[in-house]
Amino acid sequence: MSIPSQRLGRPPEVPAPTSRSRAAAKEERVAYLFLLPWFAGLFFFLAIPLVYSLYISMTDKRLISRGRENFIGLDNYVYMFTQDGFFYHSLYITMKWIVLSTPLFLTGGLLISLLLNQKYFGMNVFRTILYIPAVVSGVAVAVLWLQLLNPELGAVNYVLTTLGVDNPPYWLEDPKWAMPAVVLMGLWGVGGTAIIYLAGLQNIPPHLYEAATIDGAGAWGKFRCVTLPMLSPTIFFLVLNAVIDALLIFGPLFVLTAGGTGGVGGPDNSLLFYMLYLYRVAFVQGFMGYGTALAWILTIIGVLMVFVMMKLERRFVFYESED
Amino acid sequence: MAQRAEERKIRAPRFPRLPRLLHAAFVYGLLILASLFILLPVGWMLTAALKPDTAPVFTFPPEWFPTEHWNWQTFREALVEERFIRYTANSAFLVIMNVVGVVLSSSLIAFPFARLRFRGKNVLFTFLIATMLLPAPVLLIPQFLLFYRIGWYGTYYPLWVPAFAGNAFFIFLMRQYMRSIPIELDEAARVDGAGYWTIYWRIIMPLCVPVLTVAAVFQFMWTWNDFFGPLIYLDDPEKFTVALALATMVQRVGTEWNEVMAANLIVMLPVLIVYFFAQDKLIGGIANVGLKG
Repeated sequence: MSIPSQRLGRPPEVPAPTSRSRAAAKEERVAYLFLLPWFAGLFFFLAIPLVYSLYISMTDKRLISRGRENFIGLDNYVYMFTQDGFFYHSLYITMKWIVLSTPLFLTGGLLISLLLNQKYFGMNVFRTILYIPAVVSGVAVAVLWLQLLNPELGAVNYVLTTLGVDNPPYWLEDPKWAMPAVVLMGLWGVGGTAIIYLAGLQNIPPHLYEAATIDGAGAWGKFRCVTLPMLSPTIFFLVLNAVIDALLIFGPLFVLTAGGTGGVGGPDNSLLFYMLYLYRVAFVQGFMGYGTALAWILTIIGVLMVFVMMKLERRFVFYESED
Repeated sequence: MAQRAEERKIRAPRFPRLPRLLHAAFVYGLLILASLFILLPVGWMLTAALKPDTAPVFTFPPEWFPTEHWNWQTFREALVEERFIRYTANSAFLVIMNVVGVVLSSSLIAFPFARLRFRGKNVLFTFLIATMLLPAPVLLIPQFLLFYRIGWYGTYYPLWVPAFAGNAFFIFLMRQYMRSIPIELDEAARVDGAGYWTIYWRIIMPLCVPVLTVAAVFQFMWTWNDFFGPLIYLDDPEKFTVALALATMVQRVGTEWNEVMAANLIVMLPVLIVYFFAQDKLIGGIANVGLKG
């Protein structure tokens, strides 16, 4: 007894699985097997924390809590924007750092890379030396500079005194000079920027310079009309990196300020970068919920800044392949 | 002759036209100045480290290079009394776990993206790229709380287990590299009866040594230099890593600064050694990121 409709619904002939499709199925199975550690990581270290993060940013979760945390909706965010002076202050400090340091590091790095790009003997020795600060740990660099910047016995103030400065600054102990002190320390690592520029410089096709020479361009003309436009993608990358780094910088500043008079954040909180404030809130004071809310706002700020820069990129960055 | 002159004109731009000798002097002068800016502080640090406890560690005017004191004893004190031998071993353990974990898992994950056909490949790969853009701070506190809840606070687990889930950036690098290897190799191996695992382990991995090295060197430096992770997860000084121990040492009142400087040099040394040997790979890797980023 058969039901016709059922027989009709069946495809005329089910193709027997060929060895080819079986092989494809196996390939797929193997592929997913290889991806297993990634999936596990995504689940445990990304998906769960991400969802949990959204939740706790809306609670009053403490590190050491007597009971369960309370759900408080958007109160953390409201407090942040309406009452938390430190939030605005740390943002201001971070932005001040970006504005002060980025042009200096980018110009310094460019200058060094132009020097390193000259075809002379021994350039790789200079390259090796100049790149040293970029590989050692930020903490170690900060420990060194903590002493170099010592107002009484530091080498920096000795050099300044020899150069005729009567009252050299108190650097990390002075709210006004703490930021310049960190900029100076950052300048020590400018070789890291220079190396990236150097790669950009070495990728500029020589025929462009030939053409410019034929057109009668001088050294400055070539720099302005060939080097700079050809380097603009590199510069864009470096600016993007500088901004992201500024939002995330932590270790060196922790070392420079934690032992000082002002505690984490420096004298008068003059070095209270965003991540330092986040650390203070979450891990020193123990406000995990509020700290997570701060992290979300940091992310949004970061995404917005990257977005704005991507928009500006079309205006200022030249890509050779576009023409 | 005329051709020579022509050739000489066609060159990357120099700084404003100076006679050749002056130009060389200018370039070398500035580079030597910049190098001194890097090296003098290092020399100053070494001088301080070589001071005996009886001599003033920092003097005015400063001593840029060790001349008078050669007290290598300070390094022994930093290693033994200040226990930097222990911290170095701790950091080395984390470095090994992280390097092995990240290189194995990233290459494992990169392999199907580069060489196998499966449904959802493009979507998953796009997703992988997207995770590279995800900011760490958002995950920081929830990860901390979760690790805290499962009892991983105060242990090394939070500092190395995640490495075994791969690193998106390395997966991307390795996938690019694996794609450049001719696919005929896989096909030939298949004809000879090799399975996918054999192809991955015996054929692809040996050919990927250059990119694996780049990943290993980067991971070594990141783990060795990492500060935030150890700072929030470790509470027992026995377990401290070099960076954390150094930061703690500086904050302690009454620290001997010659020992701090010796410890600082000890912390810098392994990274510098790796840097000198892997320079070209490292800089090549960074440059590629810079160009393609």
